[in-house]
Amino acid sequence: MIPAAFDYVAPSSVEEALAALAQYGDEAKIIAGGQSLLPVLRMRLNAPEWIIDLRKIESLRGIRDDGDAIVIGAMTPHSVVGSDPLVQEHAALISKAVGHLADAQIRHRGTFGGALAHADPAGDLGAPVLCLGAEFVIAGSGGTRTVAADDFFIDLFETAIGDDEILTEVRIPKHTGWGAHYEKMVRVAHQWPIVSVAATVRMDGGTIAEARVGFANMGSTALRARGVEEAIAGQPASEDAVRTAAARAAEGTNPPSDLNGDAEYKNHVVGVLTRRALLAAAGS
Amino acid sequence: MTATEVENEIGRDRRRKEDQRLITGRTRWTDNIVLPGMLHLAMVRSPFAHANITSIDTSAAKAAPNVVTVLTGSDFGEELGVCINAWPITPDQVTPGHSPMPSDRVAFAGEIVAVVVARSAAEARDAAELVDVEYDELPAALDLKKAAADETIAHPDLGTNKSAYWVFDSAEAGTGGSADEAIAKARTDGIVIEREYRQQRLIPAFMEPRSVVVDPTGEQYVMYSATQIPHIVRFALAATTGVPESKIRVIAPDVGGGFGGKLQVTPEEWIAWAVGRRLGKPVKYTETRSESLLSGHHGRDQWQKLTLSAEKDGTVTGFKVELLADLGAYVAIVGGGVPVLGAFMFNAIYKFPAYHFAVQTVLTNKTWTDAYRGAGRPEATYAIERIMDELAVEVGVDPLEIREKNWIKHEEFPFTTVCGLEYDTGNYEAATAKAKEMFGYDALRAEQQQRRDSGDPVQLGIGISTFTEMCGLAPSRVLGTLDYGAGGWEHANVRMTPLGKVEVVTGASAHGQGHETAFSQIVADRLGVPFEDVEVLHGDTQVAPRGLDTYGSRSLVVGGEAVVRAADKVIEKAKPIAAHLLEASIDDIDFAAGRFSVRGTDQGLGIAEIATAVFAAHNLPDGVEPTLDSDAAYDPVNFSFPHGTHLCAMEVDTETGALTMRKYVCVDDIGTIINPLIVAGQVHGGLVQGIAQALWEEAVYDDSGTLVSGSFVDYLLPTAADTITFDIDHTTSPSTTNSLGTKGVGEAGTIASTPAVVNAVVDAVRHFGVNDIQMPCTPERVWRAIRTGGKGGATTEAAMPHFEAEGEGA
Repeated sequence: MIPAAFDYVAPSSVEEALAALAQYGDEAKIIAGGQSLLPVLRMRLNAPEWIIDLRKIESLRGIRDDGDAIVIGAMTPHSVVGSDPLVQEHAALISKAVGHLADAQIRHRGTFGGALAHADPAGDLGAPVLCLGAEFVIAGSGGTRTVAADDFFIDLFETAIGDDEILTEVRIPKHTGWGAHYEKMVRVAHQWPIVSVAATVRMDGGTIAEARVGFANMGSTALRARGVEEAIAGQPASEDAVRTAAARAAEGTNPPSDLNGDAEYKNHVVGVLTRRALLAAAGS
Repeated sequence: MTATEVENEIGRDRRRKEDQRLITGRTRWTDNIVLPGMLHLAMVRSPFAHANITSIDTSAAKAAPNVVTVLTGSDFGEELGVCINAWPITPDQVTPGHSPMPSDRVAFAGEIVAVVVARSAAEARDAAELVDVEYDELPAALDLKKAAADETIAHPDLGTNKSAYWVFDSAEAGTGGSADEAIAKARTDGIVIEREYRQQRLIPAFMEPRSVVVDPTGEQYVMYSATQIPHIVRFALAATTGVPESKIRVIAPDVGGGFGGKLQVTPEEWIAWAVGRRLGKPVKYTETRSESLLSGHHGRDQWQKLTLSAEKDGTVTGFKVELLADLGAYVAIVGGGVPVLGAFMFNAIYKFPAYHFAVQTVLTNKTWTDAYRGAGRPEATYAIERIMDELAVEVGVDPLEIREKNWIKHEEFPFTTVCGLEYDTGNYEAATAKAKEMFGYDALRAEQQQRRDSGDPVQLGIGISTFTEMCGLAPSRVLGTLDYGAGGWEHANVRMTPLGKVEVVTGASAHGQGHETAFSQIVADRLGVPFEDVEVLHGDTQVAPRGLDTYGSRSLVVGGEAVVRAADKVIEKAKPIAAHLLEASIDDIDFAAGRFSVRGTDQGLGIAEIATAVFAAHNLPDGVEPTLDSDAAYDPVNFSFPHGTHLCAMEVDTETGALTMRKYVCVDDIGTIINPLIVAGQVHGGLVQGIAQALWEEAVYDDSGTLVSGSFVDYLLPTAADTITFDIDHTTSPSTTNSLGTKGVGEAGTIASTPAVVNAVVDAVRHFGVNDIQMPCTPERVWRAIRTGGKGGATTEAAMPHFEAEGEGA
């Protein structure tokens, strides 16, 4: 498992990183935590000539309170995100999902922005950030721009980040007081989900006033389950109401068939997990 | 240390001597070995399952930086040798020639077609990508049943895929009646159960990838290899490459696991040997994990057609077993012998009056298969323990009751089975009673009924496996009657150093089992020396010149007994010397707790003092050689037959098919236990490996013969996070085939657990009309079985795509 030879640069600022990207262009790959890129290199599925490592850029790390949102630096490790009190208070869904992400070693090396930029539809973070309406701050030579979550994931391993751009931070609108649950189905603990459902709800007494539901591994990107969300909004957090809403889970999905199950099975399971996730998020 | 303190080493849960260096890796793994001037190899492998090689252009690779040479099969003559099959199971077995590096045709995806030699491993790997091989693809024999019907031929020159057809029939052997007659009778007035079970293909997945270093620079050629079988490798190198045995030294340094996967003579070893000899320089090859999964031998892969006949009350009258076994592209060293090792175990612990076994071994264009932890016996145990549950359902009784009706009672030992094997000891009643109590069997049955009655979405199943196995390979005479290419004895040498320490040399070659600790305990007790004073040496044909290595749960029951006998010879040699030094008659000398004493006096000498006196040799009796060193080779007259009762409780989420293990209890009878801690480790690891076959692991090929489960993303190995705390205990019926009373334990957990788990899953959902779920019992299969009452369907032949596409960063 020896990668092909490459040259390596570790810039100390976003500007330097952008300059390196501009210089090496298609020949370069950005490395964040390396938890997906390194296996790709070691299996020789890709052989970039340059690796641009963001690890020395301190401004990309950390989590801060920014009024109506919390902001997570792209290079913040999952382990930091998962245990952060701001995230737990205002974006509980992310805390729950990170707790299920891979294993402890990967959570210490892998980064929040790196995982999202990799855009594996079976990744654990895509569904939560869609549910929470996150905004992606992307730096380029002309300055920074912000992309809404709904516009960020384009296809399998493809995002709105341009070839000459870098994801710097993710803004998560506060969902203080929302109930949250992440329901992940795996056969062994360290694998990618067969199906995952992220659900977060704003309760009004016994009623689910608003709900956000998202899926991992149910299509070529992480998905929002808008049909389910519409169906459950304003309904009681009862088994029956949630079951009825969850029946719409498979609308618009296109899950891959693989060794862990075919599309028919996943479309069935996503309904079951949606019901369980919603009920758990609602505290029922 | 006083003598009494070392009296009871056997039975102590000593921490393993070898663990610190093994766990920290600060040891001699083969890949850690660096020799002066050493070159590195990278292999070029076929991406096709079956193809003619039309051309190989090595010019670009040869021109790459620091590449010394690139060699193909046609660059070598007979000195390349062949990979041997040591066990032709029938005289007319069809065995394709197996060149380590064929030059004309490849027969599985992953076969080596060229080797790059460079000054660094990275440069070798880079240059390997520059070797341009042109192939002319041929139709590939992939599906086992279709291959058995010769629909597509894996080796066209052979004209058939059928390698060997091996039969045992108790009527013909005179060990029992006719299974066909019993089945015919049962069709009229009894019960006939017919099932077909699939043993999926598995990958041994040892922790340390295979690695080999060849040093041709001394008087002997030296091969360091991450192998289980240094002695057999040496024999095979001499037999096939023209180098005399006396010129070959094979060293298995610390080896990181094997599970049978390193019981092989590999193309990689043979190529490294040939390249090292050709260039006259040390060479190293270490496989990548991908290469390990692709080209190290695989395990299991059988279809099992079973017919069981019984009286209406559940008394079994006959059992007929018809197997198809996938050899892969070549007949590996044990190869077709693996199903034969299981042939005598389908009758398990039961008193069947008639038995018929037949296996057809079949060549395909897949990775070769061979021994994998249990080798034949897990397959047999799975078949019988699954079908006994089916019989219980048919009769309408508890599955433990049907077993008890048919098993050998403890007072009936020794018992000669329908296969002609003599089981020396056992007590199935005792193990089962203890397991039931630990498990809380009756309460769990009651809960199961309550969940069924209430239609709980989470159903509970209870799985049973009352297994036995034959292990401790040996005996040589039996292996000879089966046409196995070697014996099964084991050798030991025990010697006292001048200052009274002990060196023990064993021919069993440990690769993680804990021989150093367990054998030290045995010798410490025998010679009355401190545990810490015993050094166990192994794994080097120069240090341990005689041996047959480690596999088949043989090291303790065969190798341990050889150690005992060699140690006893040391005492016998020391006795006349002690008598001489103590000026007493040898008849008055007693040996106990490390001390020779004159009966009736307080005169005596410690064994260390005798060792020093022998070293000095100033005052020895006339005619006595100045040495206590002693050898023993032990060849038992019989196998050992561990057994046990395993009980598994499994919760099944009927909405998704997801499985949650609730409880696992096993009570194993492995005779005398030398080190309970090592035994617990063997049992725990074995259980997880067997559970993994039931639930997680499967080597899947697509319809072009590509291994889809070619990384640990898709080949699901469990971790500690996926297991529960096992409740293990023992009953003890000491074996009579060795003086310690031990039975093998290395494979027991793996053999027993697979059917216990699948029985539990099926038991949980049987009321949905399910009587089988194909392994691995994925949630999808369980869910489909619940919906349709079927087995759950085939595995989709597609990998998860996480590493296939180019990443966008991360």
